[in-house]
Amino acid sequence: MELCNCIEPPWPADELLMKYQYISDFFIALAYFSIPLELIYFVKKSAVFPYRWVLVQFGAFIVLCGATHLINLWTFTLHTRTVAVVMTSAKILTAAVSCATALMLVHIIPDLLSVKTREIFLKNKAAELDREMGLIRTQEETGRHVRMLTHEIRSTLDRHTILKTTLVELGSTLGLEECALWMPTRTGLELQLSYTLRHQNPVGFTVPTQLPVINQVFNTNRAVKISPSSPVARLRPTGKYMPGEVVAVRVPLLHLSDFHIHDWPELSTKRYALMVLMLPSDSARQWHVHELELVEVVADQVAVALSHAAILEESMKARDLLMEQNVALDHARREAETAVRARNDFLAVMNHEMRTPMHAIIALSSLLLETDLSPEQRLMVETILKSSNLLATLINDVLDLSRLEDGSLQLEIGTFSLHALFREALNLIRPIASVKKLYITMSLSPDLPQYAIGDEKRLMQIILNVVGNAVKFSKEGGVSVSAFVAKPDSLRDPRTPDFFPIPSDNHFYMRVEVKDTGSGINPQDIPKLFMKFVHSQPHATKNSDGSGLGLAICKRFVNLMEGQLSIESEGLGKGSTAIFIVKLGIPGRSNEPKLSFVHKGTKNQVKPNFSGLKVVLLDDNSVGRMVTKGLLVHIGCDVLAVSSGDECIRVVTHEHKVVFLDVSMPGVDSFEVAVKIQEKFSKRVDRPLIVALTGNNDRMTKENCRRVGMKGVILKPVSLDKMRTALSDILEHGYLVESQ
Amino acid sequence: MEVNQMQRSFLEYATVLFREGFLDGQFSQLQMLQDESNPDFVVEVVSLFFEDSQKLLNDLTTTLDQQNVDFKKIDAHIHQLKGSSSSIGAQRVKNACIAFRNFCDQQNLEGCMRCLQHVKQEYLLVKSKLEALLRLEQQIVAAGGAIPVLSEFS
Repeated sequence: MELCNCIEPPWPADELLMKYQYISDFFIALAYFSIPLELIYFVKKSAVFPYRWVLVQFGAFIVLCGATHLINLWTFTLHTRTVAVVMTSAKILTAAVSCATALMLVHIIPDLLSVKTREIFLKNKAAELDREMGLIRTQEETGRHVRMLTHEIRSTLDRHTILKTTLVELGSTLGLEECALWMPTRTGLELQLSYTLRHQNPVGFTVPTQLPVINQVFNTNRAVKISPSSPVARLRPTGKYMPGEVVAVRVPLLHLSDFHIHDWPELSTKRYALMVLMLPSDSARQWHVHELELVEVVADQVAVALSHAAILEESMKARDLLMEQNVALDHARREAETAVRARNDFLAVMNHEMRTPMHAIIALSSLLLETDLSPEQRLMVETILKSSNLLATLINDVLDLSRLEDGSLQLEIGTFSLHALFREALNLIRPIASVKKLYITMSLSPDLPQYAIGDEKRLMQIILNVVGNAVKFSKEGGVSVSAFVAKPDSLRDPRTPDFFPIPSDNHFYMRVEVKDTGSGINPQDIPKLFMKFVHSQPHATKNSDGSGLGLAICKRFVNLMEGQLSIESEGLGKGSTAIFIVKLGIPGRSNEPKLSFVHKGTKNQVKPNFSGLKVVLLDDNSVGRMVTKGLLVHIGCDVLAVSSGDECIRVVTHEHKVVFLDVSMPGVDSFEVAVKIQEKFSKRVDRPLIVALTGNNDRMTKENCRRVGMKGVILKPVSLDKMRTALSDILEHGYLVESQ
Repeated sequence: MEVNQMQRSFLEYATVLFREGFLDGQFSQLQMLQDESNPDFVVEVVSLFFEDSQKLLNDLTTTLDQQNVDFKKIDAHIHQLKGSSSSIGAQRVKNACIAFRNFCDQQNLEGCMRCLQHVKQEYLLVKSKLEALLRLEQQIVAAGGAIPVLSEFS
């Protein structure tokens, strides 16, 4: 035997088995070598594979296994020792790596498995999210539709547009077959078909409100599915046509009156409209929840929009009504103004037109009386005079009354003697009384002041009227007049609880009682006394004359004097008492009115002293200038006489109190001078008083003087007295009260 | 002559003047303005009047003699004369001026010329009368008497 390093295969060389083993080992090796390649290829392709180390290990393991099987091929036949060694080392290596790999896999495989479970979990989650997304999108769609619908509805305030738009939009959003709105009738007992989507002109169908299905819908604020065969859903009477699923919802109709100030409207209002929506019958669609919700929301929006429209309608109606009323009021006011103006114009004209002839008649009659007349003629003229006096009084009364009613009459306040007033009044009445053989007594209380401040003329009128009435209505006996200061207690008349006169330091209330023994007055007739143009005793008109205005006017005068006038009588034949209380001022206190027509008789004729009064005189006529200057110097003034307008403006200083301007100078515009003088002094206190001297007494001149700010006009030729009076007037009052 | 007599004749003369319309109440006013502080007031005023009027009358004559008569100027002069005469109380002169003015407004040259003559006449009359009256006054004053105050006669 040859010695060789060959190794005998362990088992007998069976040709067939060996062949198959050989082939299998080859393919195994091939496969084992290709697997890592595939792995590497795909791993390289994939981006994420966290287990590279494992791969390497696994690759090594596979490669070695392959190598082992490959080397095994050589061991089937006789092989050298080297091959055996390589084989053995390969196997050892393979064993080591595979053990390591096996150990590694213990850690790896659970991880790999968990990856799989996480993947499944995530897939589920994704599916869920998808579902939810779908839902949200649907809701979003719905919301968008609702917003669009709301916008459309709320962009108009017209009720019809609102409702029509609602139906159209709902129809298009939900893909409805038909959509209808039933509105309650005025009585509320029936619902009337008012609007439909497809039907252009809905016929006036009505259904009673008390149907169970309608009650059911009205009792909840949700959209309710109703049967397609219910009367509200049968819109086409002739149809065999049956709509698909039908839903109905209530639409509350709110009223302005539902909105109380402090609480929100409770939907206890009984008025609802019914909205019916029908799906197309052929689509086998069902009402989804979100669609129902959409319908409910829309119904609410429609309710709000309708209430806005209703409120707007009502407010516009109210505004139109107001405007109409305004126009009517304005018209009435203008008419009233026109009427008042017309009356005033009429009165003004009549005033003048009536008085002028009246005066002529009275004056001429008086004059006539002074001439030589036969007794008959004298009687006739006296009658004429008396009648015309009466007429004049009547005219005055009428005019006074209308001015009183206007409120345009103002009392002419002045200081006067009370005693003198009463004396004069009674002196006027005494002759008439004595003719009728009536006595008149007067008693003035000692605590009545000598002088009082009030409207003397009108007080006289009142006394005359009241006492005259007393005399007029007495056939026998007499009239007694008593006047005294009213005490606060006696002032409170129980009949007129509103009259609370309060005397003060500056005023007192005078109470005058006029008692007569005449025919008396029926207490029921007393209110009529004060009414205009009413005679209380029509059968006594033979003796009485007068327009019936007297007492009415007196009452008004008394009221103006913040007093009261009343008449008492115990009945017919028992006489009557007239009582009036008037408010008068007490002179000597600080309430002396400034704008008084000062009686010349009451003031002493003291020659006022003007010594040193600085004045300026402008007159271009040298003689006239000298004369006027002499006059002023004689009075005591310090006169600066100038002959030109410019010189006048130049020399006037704030020391000069008065400037006399001759306004009849040709070639010198005195008015211009007046203006310039006033402009020269910015402070009012420095300005001199400007007086015009003129030979013209016409109105135009006076107007012009007044317009430029002149305080008075003195007519030439001027006498010493006139100048004195004028100067004192102007210094005292700041303007000339009277100019002659 | 005695003061009383002089005063009496003064009064008589003045009365005549008033009655005949040569003077009016304004002249009395002037008299009243004369006092111790102003003893020659009346004389001064009257003299001024004579001066003024003479000048005015001369101007008027000249103006009316022109070829183209300036009525505005005439009006102005007449206005002045009227003013002066009324200030002094020369009633007839004043009235003559008023008449003159009317003709002037109508621009009636003939009428104006006639009126001018009339005014001149009146002026001369009242001048001589006033001079006489003032002479009487002076005599009274010189004799130590007081000038009697004329009351209103018109």
